[in-house]
Amino acid sequence: MTETEQLVERVARQSYGRLLAYLTSRFHDWAASEDALAVAFSSALEAWPRTGVPDEPEAWLLVVARRRLMDEEKRTRVQSDAEAVIREAMSGAERAVKCGIPAERLEMLFLCAHPAINPTLHTPLMLQAVLGLNAERIASAFLVRPSTMGQRLSRAKAKIRNAKLRFELPDQSQLPERLGAVLEAIYAAYGAGWDDLPGFDKRGRGLADEAIYLGRLITDLLPDEPEAHGLLALMLFCESRRLARRSADGEYIPLGVQSIVLWSKEMIVDAERHLWFASTANSIGRFQLEAAIQSVHACRAVTGFTDWDAIALLYQALVQLAPTVGCRVSHAAAVAEARGAQAGWQLIASLSLAEVRTYQPYWALAGHLHRLLGRKQEAVNVFQAAIGLCEDGSVRRFLARQGLTL
Amino acid sequence: MQYTLMFYMSPDEFEARTHPDKQRAFWAGFLPYMKAIREAGILVSGAGLQPPESATTVRVTDGRRLVQDGPYADTKEQLGGFAIIDVPDLDAALDWAARYPAGPLGVVEVRPILAPAGSPVS
Repeated sequence: MTETEQLVERVARQSYGRLLAYLTSRFHDWAASEDALAVAFSSALEAWPRTGVPDEPEAWLLVVARRRLMDEEKRTRVQSDAEAVIREAMSGAERAVKCGIPAERLEMLFLCAHPAINPTLHTPLMLQAVLGLNAERIASAFLVRPSTMGQRLSRAKAKIRNAKLRFELPDQSQLPERLGAVLEAIYAAYGAGWDDLPGFDKRGRGLADEAIYLGRLITDLLPDEPEAHGLLALMLFCESRRLARRSADGEYIPLGVQSIVLWSKEMIVDAERHLWFASTANSIGRFQLEAAIQSVHACRAVTGFTDWDAIALLYQALVQLAPTVGCRVSHAAAVAEARGAQAGWQLIASLSLAEVRTYQPYWALAGHLHRLLGRKQEAVNVFQAAIGLCEDGSVRRFLARQGLTL
Repeated sequence: MQYTLMFYMSPDEFEARTHPDKQRAFWAGFLPYMKAIREAGILVSGAGLQPPESATTVRVTDGRRLVQDGPYADTKEQLGGFAIIDVPDLDAALDWAARYPAGPLGVVEVRPILAPAGSPVS
């Protein structure tokens, strides 16, 4: 990669979302703004090695993109006086860059997670709008055919344009619900990046880093929202263990036996800070509870043991707030650790087969509990089911070992 | 909607299926996978294929027969088996493809089934 390419990439990383938000808020056409920005970035690659990098690279990009968009608008009109257009665009762009154009990015996040847009597209739109990821990359992360993902994104953008979805912040009465959708979408990006382990993702930064970037962005933009801090804390706690999740030869290491030496102390401290700040608002929510659970796990680095009673209690609160299958299975696992396998079994026995049929963690937990309860044949069968639903080779091998030690 | 999951395997994987020391690890992943597909109630049919060296290729051009030893496609990874599944959409089919316990070079190709001629395409 040449120096210019590296610089353009850095500018793209820092500014893409801001520039796109700025253009979309003014031209009200997401897809056209994206095209214009793409032209601007490729012009930069072509021009900067010759002319040198401009003092204000963002302003330069904005000028080119705006000119492009205005040309589009004027296509049917008389040929514009390019120089006058550039002068006009330059002044606007400089103003925009000097003011830091922060607000539009927040509006962009809310637009991506708008209730009129299919929730499964909130995260993909966000990754594209704020971070400039392409449809292929997003499609792989979400296990969707790339051309299908491209069509879905285009349709969503057309819907935003045609339905004239408003590019503005929701009012106070709608804010909690709308913010909830934004946070869910960011967390979904983190979830999709959870499996990108070191050495596996050769495209540089993983999706998990991108999600944490979005989490930081939203806490910067809305510093008083406890759930935003809760989400960031949750992601940081999980991320702090990335290096401890696999052995040197790539085998799966369960959380309870991970080496605390490999946990990132900085991330844990950062996570605790955000969780503490969130708690000062006295308004509990799903992400704060999940972060609190991870905080209890993190305490093992200091106390040497895991307080499963505390974790079970936090999961109980979480189940009341969000009774998803995932949450109920995790609750049962915590109860089994705190009060014995029979107590945990009673909780998962209440789940219906239809709910858990393809939910792998349920089968892994059920196998574990059968084993603890001495039901050998059931354990073997259920571990087989867990292995059959597994996507990760190291987890598959881990489960096979569990089945063999019966 | 029916989709075919085509399992492409490397020479190592073909070997592992019947190798005395390696077959245990291979089937420990593959059998539970096929069982999960069956128990989800989506399996239409499926089969494993013998290794590519066992293939015979037949071509009849202008009435002339050409019969050759070996598979048609000259690629390192070869079709080792397939499963036809009936799921609501491609996204669901891809979820099942991702669970295929492939070796490091294994690949799953997912393709929709062509509806029989004259029948409405679902």
